[in-house]
Amino acid sequence: MPTLSSLRFKNRLYYVLLAAGGLVALAGLYAVHLMEHHGHIITGMNNQIVWGVPHVFAIFLIVAASGVLNVASIGSVFGKAIYKARAPLASLLSIAMLAGGLSVLMLDLGRPDRIIVAATNYNPTSMFAWNIVLYSGMFSLVFVYLWTMMEQRMNRWTKPVGFAVFAWRFILTTGTGLIFAFLTARQAYGSALLPPMFIVLSFAWGLAVFHVVQTVIYAWNEKTLDPAILQRKKNLLGVFVIGSLYMVATYHLTNLYFAHQAGFERFILLEGGVYPRLFWWGYVLFGSLLPLLLIFSPGLEKTKYVMAASLLVILGSFALLYVFIIGGQAYPLNIFPGYQVSSSFGDGQIATYHPSLYEFLLGFGGLAIAFIITTVSVRVLNFMPQDKPYISD
Amino acid sequence: MNDIDIQRRSFLKTSLGAAAVAIAPGMLLIDVAHGKPQTVNGPKSANSKVRWGMLINTTQCKSGCNDCVTACNRENGLSGDTKPTDSQWIRKIELKDDSSGRDLSLPMMCQHCEYPPCVDVCPTTASFKRADGIVLVDKHRCIGCRYCMMACPYKARSFVHEPLHDQKPDVPRGKGTVEACTLCVHRVDQGLKPACSEACLNKAILFGDLNDPESEISRKIRSVASVQVRADLRLNPGIRYQGL
Amino acid sequence: MPKRDIGRGGQCVEDPQWMRKNHMHLLKHQRDETVRKGIRDENISLKNCIECHASTKDDSVIARDDSFCVACHRYEAVKIDCFECHSGMRKSAWMQRNTK
Repeated sequence: MPTLSSLRFKNRLYYVLLAAGGLVALAGLYAVHLMEHHGHIITGMNNQIVWGVPHVFAIFLIVAASGVLNVASIGSVFGKAIYKARAPLASLLSIAMLAGGLSVLMLDLGRPDRIIVAATNYNPTSMFAWNIVLYSGMFSLVFVYLWTMMEQRMNRWTKPVGFAVFAWRFILTTGTGLIFAFLTARQAYGSALLPPMFIVLSFAWGLAVFHVVQTVIYAWNEKTLDPAILQRKKNLLGVFVIGSLYMVATYHLTNLYFAHQAGFERFILLEGGVYPRLFWWGYVLFGSLLPLLLIFSPGLEKTKYVMAASLLVILGSFALLYVFIIGGQAYPLNIFPGYQVSSSFGDGQIATYHPSLYEFLLGFGGLAIAFIITTVSVRVLNFMPQDKPYISD
Repeated sequence: MNDIDIQRRSFLKTSLGAAAVAIAPGMLLIDVAHGKPQTVNGPKSANSKVRWGMLINTTQCKSGCNDCVTACNRENGLSGDTKPTDSQWIRKIELKDDSSGRDLSLPMMCQHCEYPPCVDVCPTTASFKRADGIVLVDKHRCIGCRYCMMACPYKARSFVHEPLHDQKPDVPRGKGTVEACTLCVHRVDQGLKPACSEACLNKAILFGDLNDPESEISRKIRSVASVQVRADLRLNPGIRYQGL
Repeated sequence: MPKRDIGRGGQCVEDPQWMRKNHMHLLKHQRDETVRKGIRDENISLKNCIECHASTKDDSVIARDDSFCVACHRYEAVKIDCFECHSGMRKSAWMQRNTK
């Protein structure tokens, strides 16, 4: 039984955490203000690396926002009870991360003050324009989904709405992948494998985020998760991490098979300095193999190991996205195949990129927005998973 | 649900309808009041019978010569600096053939594609192609997302990273938007040649109407071998290169 | 009405009262016509407005608090979104200053 003083302490701690989140978000907004005033010159981005660290954060948040709904779908669509109990929390996280990711994406624009133009002048051939529809649709759909779950009179609609969410998030992550897949001229991106790769990555990243949040909420409420449930969910994470590795490996292997892209693969996997290091150490070793070891080693069934594995998967995802987005742009565009080229505009040279503090502030600001939405919602509404005694289904 | 609820609902519905009926004619009148004065004999516009293009003769282009770049910078008010954050609408590329070792030099700029990827990907239709084939950025609509820079196979576009001051009256440019070679649209509309073409002492840059079979450029293209850069992408650029 | 420097002034489009109310619609309409369709109607182009309305003292519509555009826009607290990109200077004067 918690004592009065421990409750008081916790109450105070809650507000301290919330204030810390608010400060980080404010720092992000301050960075945006400076970027507005001075222009993107204060970031590390330039005419060769046009998308940088803010996009790494934004795409992580958006992809994870879609993936975390997997937890909800397994409950609503496939009728598994332990996932059903977690669907509201998963939906909340999805909304929170989507809001954070979109904020980063929007505030990084050269003219964020004009964002309304994206609604008044719509280009149906643009994948970006489609994604604007997909994101806003996702917001509304997940809100409706939450409503059908939390309002008892609406419960009978949970299943059909759950189906709609299930379909929508597949299309949404496909859309995110297509942003890159349609860039046919760039060696790193024009690949039909990217949408399915992003979908599988979203499963792993979303579930990892869910594990972290769930662990914190259980610890906060001094509850323990049924070990059988923990076991099942961590095995699922393991399967998703293996799936991600498979997709990433296939993507690189197909590139290697296309002779004209071998140069790019040699750069990104071997000779590109920071990019191969981040790929092998960050994504493969610390972001995939080590979590797999923590997940599948016998005797490590404790919550803290699952937590560690999840955090590592999240770190690995940032490493992978950095390599994918920035490494992909750093390798020079092949404008004249069969020629060695040089110019004042970086032709034929590896582009350099030094991310600035402001980009990180903006990125962490996005994470903070997601954090604030989650912590406030968890306090005012009941998102705690309500498990019945566990029966395997 | 009780009677009061139902009454309240029907009252709200009726009043909303009435409000809409009351406001609608007023809204229409605002349009009338804002009516624009008609111009008699509308001035001429970009014509789809024309397709502007260039033929660049790389055999006439001297390595190390930068006259076209300088002229472009002067004409369009660019600083001429070459830091990675500076705009470069046209650049000289030095090439060496991997297999034969042949050296050549050529200017590279927006290729004014018939099927421009930048126009396809632009979420706000800020990137667009004029009727006469010139690909432009409408900076009034550009939100600075830089997707077009990712999509362009020629790296033709630059993003304005800093606030600008004292722009040329003919060439508005501004922070936070993407820009590129306009084919000197402000000159072309006056019947002049683009600045780079005019500045080239060796006459390596031939400008003209690709759709007019009698134009100098069309006759030249028929008689000498020329190629489009990355023709495999089938974007049908309006800029062609001879001797590549 | 705030005190403002109307430059050379004069009337070539509509009477001043009409222009005060509607100039933005003309400018916005003409900007789309010019940029997207290449219709360069000299008479109602921004450049042409500036040509007459720029101050005779400093050749600008935005340089001072009582410049032609600034005076009213400040009075009405409406942000002008033109001159971050467009030159606020009379073209003839700009050319004279920048070509030696």
